[in-house]
Amino acid sequence: MAAAGALGIGFYDGKAPAILSDATETIKIPDFSIAEMSGKICIARGTAQGLDRAGTVRQAFDALGGMKAFVKPGERVLLKVNAAFASPPALGATSHPDLVAAVIRMCLAAGASRVIVTDNPINDPASCFALTGIDAAARLAGAEVVIPRGSLFQRFSVSGGRLIRDWPVLYAPLARVDRIIGMAPVKDHHRSGASMTLKNWYGLLGGRRNIFHQDIHTIIQELAMMIKPTVVVLDGTQSMMSNGPTGGSLSDLKPTGTLIVSTDPVAADAAGATLLDRTAADLPFIAKAESVGAGTADYRSLYLKEIQAS
Amino acid sequence: MRIVTARRISQMFFFLIFLWFCMVATLGERWWQLRGWPVNWLIQLDPLVGLGTLLATGTLYAGLLWGLLTMVLTILLGRFFCGWLCPFGTLHQVVGWLANLGRRASAMIAVNRYRRGQKVKYILLVFLLGAAAGDLISRLLGVPFQTPYLAAAIVVAFLLMGTVVHFTKTIPGVRWVTGVTVVAIGWVVLSLFTNGSRLLAASLQTGLLDPIPLFCRSVNLTLLPLVDGRLVSISAASRLYPGTFAIGAIFWAAVFLNLLIPRFYCRFVCPLGALFGVLGKNALWRVGQKADGCTACGACDRSCEGGCEPSSVIRTPECVLCMNCLADCRHDVMGYHLHASAAGEVTVPDISKRELLAALAAGVTAVPLVRLAGITGDAWNPDVIRPPGSLPEEAFLQRCIKCGQCMRVCPTNVIHPTALQAGIEGIWTPMLNFRMGTSGCQHGCIACGNLCPTAAIRPISIDERLGKGNFESGGPIRIGMAFVDRGRCLPWAMDRPCIVCQENCPVSPKAIFTRDEYRPVRLGGDIRLQGMQGNRLLIEGPVLPSGQFATGDYFVALDSRHGLPPARITDIGASGVTLADNPFTAAAGKGDRINLLVRLQLPYVDPARCIGCGVCEHECPVKGRRAIRVTAENETRERRHRLLL
Repeated sequence: MAAAGALGIGFYDGKAPAILSDATETIKIPDFSIAEMSGKICIARGTAQGLDRAGTVRQAFDALGGMKAFVKPGERVLLKVNAAFASPPALGATSHPDLVAAVIRMCLAAGASRVIVTDNPINDPASCFALTGIDAAARLAGAEVVIPRGSLFQRFSVSGGRLIRDWPVLYAPLARVDRIIGMAPVKDHHRSGASMTLKNWYGLLGGRRNIFHQDIHTIIQELAMMIKPTVVVLDGTQSMMSNGPTGGSLSDLKPTGTLIVSTDPVAADAAGATLLDRTAADLPFIAKAESVGAGTADYRSLYLKEIQAS
Repeated sequence: MRIVTARRISQMFFFLIFLWFCMVATLGERWWQLRGWPVNWLIQLDPLVGLGTLLATGTLYAGLLWGLLTMVLTILLGRFFCGWLCPFGTLHQVVGWLANLGRRASAMIAVNRYRRGQKVKYILLVFLLGAAAGDLISRLLGVPFQTPYLAAAIVVAFLLMGTVVHFTKTIPGVRWVTGVTVVAIGWVVLSLFTNGSRLLAASLQTGLLDPIPLFCRSVNLTLLPLVDGRLVSISAASRLYPGTFAIGAIFWAAVFLNLLIPRFYCRFVCPLGALFGVLGKNALWRVGQKADGCTACGACDRSCEGGCEPSSVIRTPECVLCMNCLADCRHDVMGYHLHASAAGEVTVPDISKRELLAALAAGVTAVPLVRLAGITGDAWNPDVIRPPGSLPEEAFLQRCIKCGQCMRVCPTNVIHPTALQAGIEGIWTPMLNFRMGTSGCQHGCIACGNLCPTAAIRPISIDERLGKGNFESGGPIRIGMAFVDRGRCLPWAMDRPCIVCQENCPVSPKAIFTRDEYRPVRLGGDIRLQGMQGNRLLIEGPVLPSGQFATGDYFVALDSRHGLPPARITDIGASGVTLADNPFTAAAGKGDRINLLVRLQLPYVDPARCIGCGVCEHECPVKGRRAIRVTAENETRERRHRLLL
């Protein structure tokens, strides 16, 4: 009787359970950029075919001092690719496996101790990584592919942000790297105007991220506040001119023979917009990202290298 | 090696490969994923699958020919499948053995005795085959109408045969003639009533109780999802299947009934066992006693798995060849040999002609009764979206055995078992539920049709699905069509920009397109112009928070009579509203009313492009009841559901 009484008193709860407690834990996403490399951009224009992504990206990096200027020996590197859709690489809706493999090899050659490839796609994650060819190419090149699952996400708030408040972010891979390289193809996007390196960070969000489409330009601005990348690679070898961001037909693509490597993602997107026959002024998110100090839309004012890839 | 040891090894082997095949039926290229594993092999070895689809459709699909091997072996050897192979039987045997550990021999003999209820399985078999034979019977009944001469010839042939038999064997000729005449009249009358009947049809329901599909379904849908976790990841995505409670409940009921009587399911319910019982009743080899040496100790009945009573007159159709009686007999009387048991044997299942006929008639007529609901006709349920490549509904119901292979292999977990959405005969058949899973039905995936063991979902190619190459003229396979619910859609109903559906539409050109509309924003009062400085407007009126209206989606405009386009707001500050460009410089003056507008892209669906993949429905941010939803409207498999000219 005493035991039962003690148990009853032990478990006694005078109050009803509180509503969901606010996540008070504060995780921080570090600044991955390198101060002395800031404001550098290389626009590599290809030959007529312009399909040798591996060769072009190497030359573009070389023009900025080579990969060793970005990745120091022993550092761990995250490649945030675009693997959003379960579609083959030829349709250009996702990062091209050749390009991903080339960047991985360059990182490893620069002495990176580990290269991780990840994205939180829209279609089924395993199918996306398999069908885009990224999974096979990345593994072959020596990288680790992280397919997102619930346990890899953590709630995060962008300081000064309005939308990314206590929101699940693909944090686990971010937490164990020293450098982050954003890789995105140039694509039409009906809602935001274009999907390039800034919009690409959407793939780090989890949860019901689709509701942010109500305020697409602000969410891209906050993503630019959230991630300060080491460098971004914008692939305009072909650009998806229409029907983006999914594409689905070769006729949606246009050979634009351009590949941009930039430490300033805003500049990269501003330059990339021209490939879609748009201007930076047509894309409100560029001005919004610039206004919070994520970069400079006037890419010509930066340390600009324009090269002709051979 | 003792024969029961050999049996246990065989059972263990098939049980493990059954579980292995269930597990690897998941899309991927690793060795533990679907990579050439013959995951349907046990289903194909099950001759009830082959026989059922053969009766219902008149064809035997691809690998189902394996069932023939099982049938031939059963005719020669008896019910070896039940005792040596069937993984469901193995499970029952193990559970029954555990339940009876430590019981006295007399209690064991009592629990393993033959029971009259064991005939129920034959009744179920005949009922299920009757339901599957509706189409065949309909054709037979049609003969007097379509080819009356053939019908007449058959009747005459029977009459002549009776005459011959009458003179050689002296059977009563009058009874023969009366019999043939009554049957002939019955035939004609029945054909009169059923001629052209749309309701008399074949419905394959064997899968409800057929042990291999049942076990397969239970493992795929209710067991594997439970063990799938962070430690052991055996599915492409974590699995959820609404409506599987009944599947699990039946499975566990079958398992726990072994506590009452070992192999309860095998003895009383299993229609496949019944089929084997009939096929193997005159098997060449059978279990039985030698001529002498029996002391009537009854030990052979103690562990009898089939309840066939080998100690006395053995009931061969009930014997599952467990061979326990051979091991238990201390006098070496029991054997497996070419002659009948010395104590006698009953080779006929304990079921009367009357019961047989009643079960058959019930099966045949049950289908028209169900079809009265019209669910395969005008009352079709548009919520039932079948996987791409599915046959038209009636043909689909002639083939689907509800094994759950399509649901297991689906990489996005979008295929689910129906409850009653497809009618009572469609229970546990596959339907697509776009609210669930990791994505809609992925454009470039044809896994379900290529795994379906009965071709209820045809094995289509990517080209056929997308309407490319040789399939250009037919266009893509459509499984349904998306409809925008304008009462729930953010831009349509709530003036909030969104178009996630348009963004994710995988078709090119997109099936979801948008039309722009500028709608006035609901504010507390009028905005009036105070002055202009370049691209900046000074205004008075309600407060316009920058975070809300300087997002890139809001515009200002003058009254429409000015004919000027709206201008996008880029910033709102103390000094006024900054615009991307200012077209109003000339037209506007102090005190003019300014309209604040939101630019909306309103989604529309193009029925000529939409394939019903449901990616839009899956991605729609209105998560409860989606603001864009797919129904089976305009699906290509049913011409009657066509929407366009």
